[in-house]
Amino acid sequence: MPRAVLRVLEAGPHCSLQDAGRAGMMRFGVPVSGPMDRVAMALAHHALGNPPGAAVAEVSLGGIVLQLEEGRLSVAVAGGGFMVEAGGRRLGSWSVVTLQEGDRLAVRRGPWGAWCCIAFAGVLQAEAWLGHVATHALSGLGGGALTAGRRLVIEDARLLPEAAIPCPVWARAPGDPVALVLGPQERFFGADRIEVLLGAPFRLSDAYDRMGVRLRGPSLAPDGALAIPSEPVLRGAVQVAGDGVATVLMADHQTTGGYPKIATLVGSELDGFAQLRPHAVVRFRAVTPEQAVAMVRLRAAALARRLGRA
Amino acid sequence: MTPPRLTPVAERAVLVEFGTVVDAAVHAAVLALDRALGADPVPGQVEVVPAMVNLLVVFDPLVTDHAAVRAALASRLADLVPEAGQGAVHEVPVCYDGAFGRDLAAVAAQAGCSVEAVIAAHLAGEYHVAMYGFAPGYAYLTGVPEPIRLPRKPAPVRGVPAGSVIIAAGQCLVTTLTMPTGWWVIGRSPTPILTGDPARPFLFAVGDRVRFRRVGVDALAGTQSGALPAPGGA
Repeated sequence: MPRAVLRVLEAGPHCSLQDAGRAGMMRFGVPVSGPMDRVAMALAHHALGNPPGAAVAEVSLGGIVLQLEEGRLSVAVAGGGFMVEAGGRRLGSWSVVTLQEGDRLAVRRGPWGAWCCIAFAGVLQAEAWLGHVATHALSGLGGGALTAGRRLVIEDARLLPEAAIPCPVWARAPGDPVALVLGPQERFFGADRIEVLLGAPFRLSDAYDRMGVRLRGPSLAPDGALAIPSEPVLRGAVQVAGDGVATVLMADHQTTGGYPKIATLVGSELDGFAQLRPHAVVRFRAVTPEQAVAMVRLRAAALARRLGRA
Repeated sequence: MTPPRLTPVAERAVLVEFGTVVDAAVHAAVLALDRALGADPVPGQVEVVPAMVNLLVVFDPLVTDHAAVRAALASRLADLVPEAGQGAVHEVPVCYDGAFGRDLAAVAAQAGCSVEAVIAAHLAGEYHVAMYGFAPGYAYLTGVPEPIRLPRKPAPVRGVPAGSVIIAAGQCLVTTLTMPTGWWVIGRSPTPILTGDPARPFLFAVGDRVRFRRVGVDALAGTQSGALPAPGGA
């Protein structure tokens, strides 16, 4: 069967191999991981006819340059508004492109978005941990980081017609304001701090990686809750340290934390939220748990229609 | 114990809290519900994450919702039978020698005893795997004997190697990653908690019991990681 080999010529920090992630392992300290923007990954795989949870290369704002050393291969680039250069042609992300031997594929920060994924028409050969290629950044377990010099082997490499991938308008950004559900420890925060959370603008700081992003804004200091017993947390949790600084936990989050969680982002906001860059301004609004369930069901239905599964 | 508090988390979980302070009866209730949900999952259950005083039940919001999960949990809670001492018992070797036990002298000074007395106290402890947290394989063991319970250091120390046996307050853990920590480093274990065995990737289950056994430096030679630095290194 045809094989294609890519070499990483340059890669910014936080570029890694991901797949759908390992759900169900939080009881062992293992977060799900997987792509920061799960919608982008699903649409990239769909464009290539790949299985939905297959492995991808996730690219950070630091960008990546790959070179096809061997074979021919089509790839789908989706997520954010990144600049894509393939075999000397300039495109945007949200494209299926075909690479010939010797071609370079550069994916670099563009007008918007923070994470982009490259899916391969074929089967990426990568090390799995607990059955998944998804890389857990802190430990490096899984397929691992993408760094200069690394080779990526794709078996059963296929060629597809070049095409644009439609980017749904709802995949570009989170809601404005971003929807969250208060709690589970909002009791440690007086009404004044809930009012600040839901009223004030916050900015994403530069302290941003796959584990989470620290926010800048008014203090949300909890009332003497510095020593709550460590408890399980979810992706999207807004935890507040004793100094009043909030952090939104992302794909590679710690599975437990001893800081109180003032709120948790609704799941359908997480992919769009991940596409915000450091210094972006966010506002938050509270929805009920029932409204949150309705939101994720609507989003799942919209994605299923895009994937032709509705 | 007060009745458990059930709190919705986002669109996809319910947090079941049995108390607010760490306590043996509270943790026994956490483990009992964890066992009950392992044996008989509620419809739509994705995973259950036990911790010290609470447990998180994560569900698929496309097939169920908070109200249905709460109702199913209420029936499990009504039938809950906390039972102690059901877990497996593990013996974990520790080398306390040289730089592997780099903080032993400091712990001894604060505890007002000798280094050998600190080691004896640590070995005398009967530990329970209370929860995993933080990072893959970080199993929090409760049961550090009273005389060697110290608050964590004022500031974390960088580069503490994987396999370190560390203590703070009433807890002990064997690290799986080289990481900064503010806990006291008292030894090194050749036993990996991340086993590398796909059939049983984590050495402990929550609820298991652990005893430590003292070994010499020889026991750390040729461990499967092969990456343990020599005493004084790292």
